Amino acid sequence: MLTYTIRRLLIAIPTLLFISLIIFLVVTLAPSDPTANLPLSIPSEVRAQIRESLGLNEPLLVRYLLWLRQFFVYEPLHILDQAFGWSLATDDMQRILSWQTRSPVADLIVQRMPQTLWVVGTSYIIGVLIALPIGIVSAYRQYSWFDQVGTFVSMAGFSVPTFFTGVLLIVIFSVQLGWFPSIYDTTHEVTDLASFWVQVKQMIMPVAVLALYNAAQISRFMRASMLDNLNQDYVRTARAKGLSEQVVVLVHVLRNSMIPVVTVIALGVPTVFGGAIITEQVFKVNGIGQLLIIAIQGGDVPTVQTLTFIFAVLIVLFNLVADVLYGLLDPRIRYD
Amino acid sequence: MFDAPRRKLVEVNGLKMYFPIHGGILRRRLGEVRAVDDVSFDIYEGETLGLVGESGCGKSTCGRAVLRLYDITEGSIRIDGEEIGDAGYKLLRARRPKMQMVFQDPQASLNPRMTVARIIGEPLDEHTALSKPEKLDRIYELMDAVGLNRNFANRYPHEFSGGQRQRIGIARALALNPKFIVCDEPIAALDVSIQAQVVNLLEDLQSKFGLTYLFISHDLSMVRHIATRVAVMYLGKVVELAPRDALYGAPMHPYTQALLSAVPEPDPNIETRREHIILKGDVPSPANPPKGCNFSTRCPQVMDICRQIDPEFREVVPGHYAACHLHDIQQTRTAGEPAAQEVSPSDQQGEVT
Repeated sequence: MLTYTIRRLLIAIPTLLFISLIIFLVVTLAPSDPTANLPLSIPSEVRAQIRESLGLNEPLLVRYLLWLRQFFVYEPLHILDQAFGWSLATDDMQRILSWQTRSPVADLIVQRMPQTLWVVGTSYIIGVLIALPIGIVSAYRQYSWFDQVGTFVSMAGFSVPTFFTGVLLIVIFSVQLGWFPSIYDTTHEVTDLASFWVQVKQMIMPVAVLALYNAAQISRFMRASMLDNLNQDYVRTARAKGLSEQVVVLVHVLRNSMIPVVTVIALGVPTVFGGAIITEQVFKVNGIGQLLIIAIQGGDVPTVQTLTFIFAVLIVLFNLVADVLYGLLDPRIRYD
Repeated sequence: MFDAPRRKLVEVNGLKMYFPIHGGILRRRLGEVRAVDDVSFDIYEGETLGLVGESGCGKSTCGRAVLRLYDITEGSIRIDGEEIGDAGYKLLRARRPKMQMVFQDPQASLNPRMTVARIIGEPLDEHTALSKPEKLDRIYELMDAVGLNRNFANRYPHEFSGGQRQRIGIARALALNPKFIVCDEPIAALDVSIQAQVVNLLEDLQSKFGLTYLFISHDLSMVRHIATRVAVMYLGKVVELAPRDALYGAPMHPYTQALLSAVPEPDPNIETRREHIILKGDVPSPANPPKGCNFSTRCPQVMDICRQIDPEFREVVPGHYAACHLHDIQQTRTAGEPAAQEVSPSDQQGEVT
């Protein structure tokens, strides 16, 4: 298993390098101009100078290699310096700077990450916690009213986009009932029970929207996987042994059904870090997703590149995690 | 055969297992598949009752229904003097140790994520209060009994061959010292070379532990080898039930005769001269069985009465039951004489023997 993991990590290096090239080409060749958002009164010679100062006149290959050096060498050194107070990085090692804010992209990510992890992460956990029991009961009582309602709700959660459910919740709970704030306040600090309650209240709606979406997906998976296993012969064997129904369902069926579900859950984790672009916009949560969309709008190439590449790394990493989990859970799968 | 008064271990009376068919927009109940339709038989202690029939005739359903792995539609099942036909979930669980099942597909019927020791030991966890070392002893003892190497206890089912897996299934079934075991085509999924091993193992275990088997199979020669008595099923009903030699020697029901004539003869000289009874047409749907006798659509000796009245399952000769109108006529005419000679031309019977 260890050699397998190491081999997979080694294979990941060329994969990620290739991905980085694709990302670089897509983002750089896109017809966007970082100076387009500047006031119209700025003359075009000045705009050309700005573009030159951003290094846009260099050949593509040089820009790509520079970015690679920044991302893999300079940036880690700076982050280590910040974290441990060392001084590994010298002054001529320039960090990846956002073209919009002129601050290092890493700092932007560090600022945005807590909001995203709180809102999107909580919604993912809640979604999974809701989805598993629903999937189990739906499968065990297939075609019962519970299953029918569950199917309907997950179809709705799956097919109704989050920009609709989000706005719907705002209309009902913020505008009509006035229970929850419609805007997520990032500056709010949790110091005592009362402020914690405020935090919970502003999280409820975005979390609910995303949890519904996640739960819809995972509960379907859980149900399908349970149904696959419930009809297996070994379940009949377990019943014939005279095991209690609880043991049959929870030990025999559930454990086998969890194998594919766990991998699906693991594969979904990168989306948590990626943030929920639309939902963050709807509730004004200034998380990673919002950072990405603003950077795209502003033609902020370094930010878009860095964010997208970090997502790619996470996806590759969690694919590996899912595969390793599969090997741990299913004795029939063996990696040598 | 009737020298000692034998105890009936299993008594099945009027067993019916219907599966509903739902359809339409509102999924209303449109009808039912009569997988097992009014079946009655007894199994004596220590004997092996063979249950044969073609695919889809309800053999396996019957076996599972007898162990109440299904909620039966109607009928009475008594095992060791205790009615379980309408028993609730709790009582059934308590009775499971007495009655066990060996399943057809040894791959699918073992949980892929459990080791052999856990598979065999799980019934012990549920139904006994043995300590851990005692359980392990029992597991090893069972593995020895079915001829599995003790070193394999911590392996997973996928690491075994088909024959070994079936041995695991048998060891599992034996774990709680059952009296009655339903063997649901235990050899159908195995290589011919392994089939004999497993059947011999079943026979050895029977004599060692005094087991009673219901042996479900479509392999007539194998049933002939292992069974004490044989029941033949067709479309959800038992059409004939007789001691092995009587059934193979002088089958009474036209379906049994056709079935036996389909068994190939090893001697090519006899085989080429032999007349097969070839049934025409397909088995009717069990959702919509024909009026009268179920076999009337394909029977080579069909009469008018067969299409009107369902023949009763009666004891034609002591110990030999059949459900066929041919024997009604026989009885009214000759008042209880053995009916065999008039039933059919006896040439194929002699050759099949």
